[in-house]
Amino acid sequence: MATVEEEEPPLVLVHRPPNFNFPFKHRLQTRFCLLDPLDSDPPESTHSFFSRHSASIRVLLCVDPTPITRDLLSLLPFLQLIVGYSAGVDHIDLDECRRRNITVTNAGKAFSPDVADLAVALLIDVLRRVSAGFRYVRAGLWARNGEFPLGFKLGGKRVGIVGLGSVGSEIAKRLESFGCVISYNSRRKKPSVPFPWYENVYDLAVNSDALVGCCALTEETRHMISKDVMTALGKEGVIINVGRGALIDEKELVRLLVGGELRGAGLDVFENEPDVPQELFSLDNVVLSPHCAVATPECFDALEQLITANLEAFFSNKPLQSVVEF
Amino acid sequence: MDSIGVLMACPMNSYLEQQLDKRFKLFRFWTVPDKSSFLNSNKDSIQAVAGNATAGADAELIEALPKLEIVANFSVGLDKIDLAKCKEKGIRVTNTPDVLTEDVADLAIGLMLAVLRKLCESDRYVRSGKWKKGDYMLTTKFTGKKVGIIGLGRIGMAIAKRAEAFSCPISYYSRNEKPEINYKYYPSVVELAAYCDILVVACPLTKETHHIVNRDVINALGPKGVLINIGRGPHVEEPELVSALFEHRLGGAGLDVFENEPYVPEELFGLDNVVLLPHVGSGTVETREAMADLVIGNLEAHFQKKPLLTPVV
Repeated sequence: MATVEEEEPPLVLVHRPPNFNFPFKHRLQTRFCLLDPLDSDPPESTHSFFSRHSASIRVLLCVDPTPITRDLLSLLPFLQLIVGYSAGVDHIDLDECRRRNITVTNAGKAFSPDVADLAVALLIDVLRRVSAGFRYVRAGLWARNGEFPLGFKLGGKRVGIVGLGSVGSEIAKRLESFGCVISYNSRRKKPSVPFPWYENVYDLAVNSDALVGCCALTEETRHMISKDVMTALGKEGVIINVGRGALIDEKELVRLLVGGELRGAGLDVFENEPDVPQELFSLDNVVLSPHCAVATPECFDALEQLITANLEAFFSNKPLQSVVEF
Repeated sequence: MDSIGVLMACPMNSYLEQQLDKRFKLFRFWTVPDKSSFLNSNKDSIQAVAGNATAGADAELIEALPKLEIVANFSVGLDKIDLAKCKEKGIRVTNTPDVLTEDVADLAIGLMLAVLRKLCESDRYVRSGKWKKGDYMLTTKFTGKKVGIIGLGRIGMAIAKRAEAFSCPISYYSRNEKPEINYKYYPSVVELAAYCDILVVACPLTKETHHIVNRDVINALGPKGVLINIGRGPHVEEPELVSALFEHRLGGAGLDVFENEPYVPEELFGLDNVVLLPHVGSGTVETREAMADLVIGNLEAHFQKKPLLTPVV
């Protein structure tokens, strides 16, 4: 809590990947004193730096995907808040945070429209063969071979959204305008939502033409889009993933795509980024995106506002936004 | 009806071709080596023409077919048909409205997203292995961008409905303001272009709308603006568009149609702010079948002396 004696800006510990200085660092530095082990001169290890400052650290700004492990947390006995930089918090040991009563905030709704936009972009691209069509034109095949093979209509397609959180809701809103029929799976049925709810992803897949992965990665959701689920979706099924790579059993996905057992896939995330299974590179019915669902300047502006607001709120004892429930 | 001669202007759809072959006496115009001698020999057998966006029935063809009663178009656009000539000779004309509205609107939004989010380019980036060396560049948010629509007919309205789901403010230009519609009207395309972030062409191609997107409009749209064309190639002054993109006077373009299909200006291939498609606006299995059924339905209705399903003339 800021007290009368403190004239110095409040301290915020920063945990970020090397070679990545988040775009608004200098603006945050005008309001807070950022302690960043990677800026230390002479160079100091994260462990040593954290230990040295541990007495005065109550809040940590975590720029993903740098992991926050139990070990790291043990160096910060007075930590009360972790401010996350992404929607996902799977890189943070939430069990330990729960045990220590540490609050975690994430990017909340700041990213949702951009992620939803990309999910819809991927679905349209796969069904209407946008990237494939552009490749066809670029290769001079339109003039040589004539008509490009037909795609598939979006209207009337049953889209199953895996996880109807902020991103899932934004996706649903957009796809409804295309005449898609929406249903979803989530941990609990949401009574205020008009779409049909399925208790598990398998049942959702049975009743869908496309599945969109957009939920958090946890122990329960790891590989939830499994071989059985994808087989249930069927040969005319499309998989879109803007959540985390590990929501899908990637090996199985690749096998099914290569074997022609799925209509197509649009993927922004992979199990082992930036490695993408090479077998996908020769497929025309797959659209690959380098984890850039949130890579727009507008997203970072929204994130900056949210992070700044949350840090100020914390230091003035006011309520925080986008607190992660776990 | 298998004695009724139907001339199919060009290859357009194998299901349609099969059905026409089954029900009528089908003449495939593109397989004929000498078109004028073919027309001379067969002119008394041909009572119908099936055309599309590529080839239809111009004055010359109409004059060469004295028994022509109906032109059934496998397209909603009528720019390849000499409507005045048809009216003059009492020839009926039908097209395929409504069944393709959604697909074309879907593609317009698909192009907007692909251009702004550089979807095709980032896919190439991954396939080339470059992601291992570093992240792809930042792109541009689509939600909330101002969308300006030229032509607020069926397709224009369907585009507006979809863009609204992305919280895009909608504005439009059309020949007359539509007071019952809540979108912002601009009395000229240049003013519309100056105001909006994304300009989409969705009107029919006529003498008046030929080159409706010219240098002035492109300059007004500007270095951050994006042009989307799902209408007809000749709506846009193509050489002006190409130079504007190269000189960075225009931010980007998503094009499904070109002035001289299937030829696409190759200078565009190297740009990362364009998406170029081979005229696939209505190109889905479901819609092409529905369009083909309309063509057949119209032809059968005509020759059975029943009301036409989707008459234009």
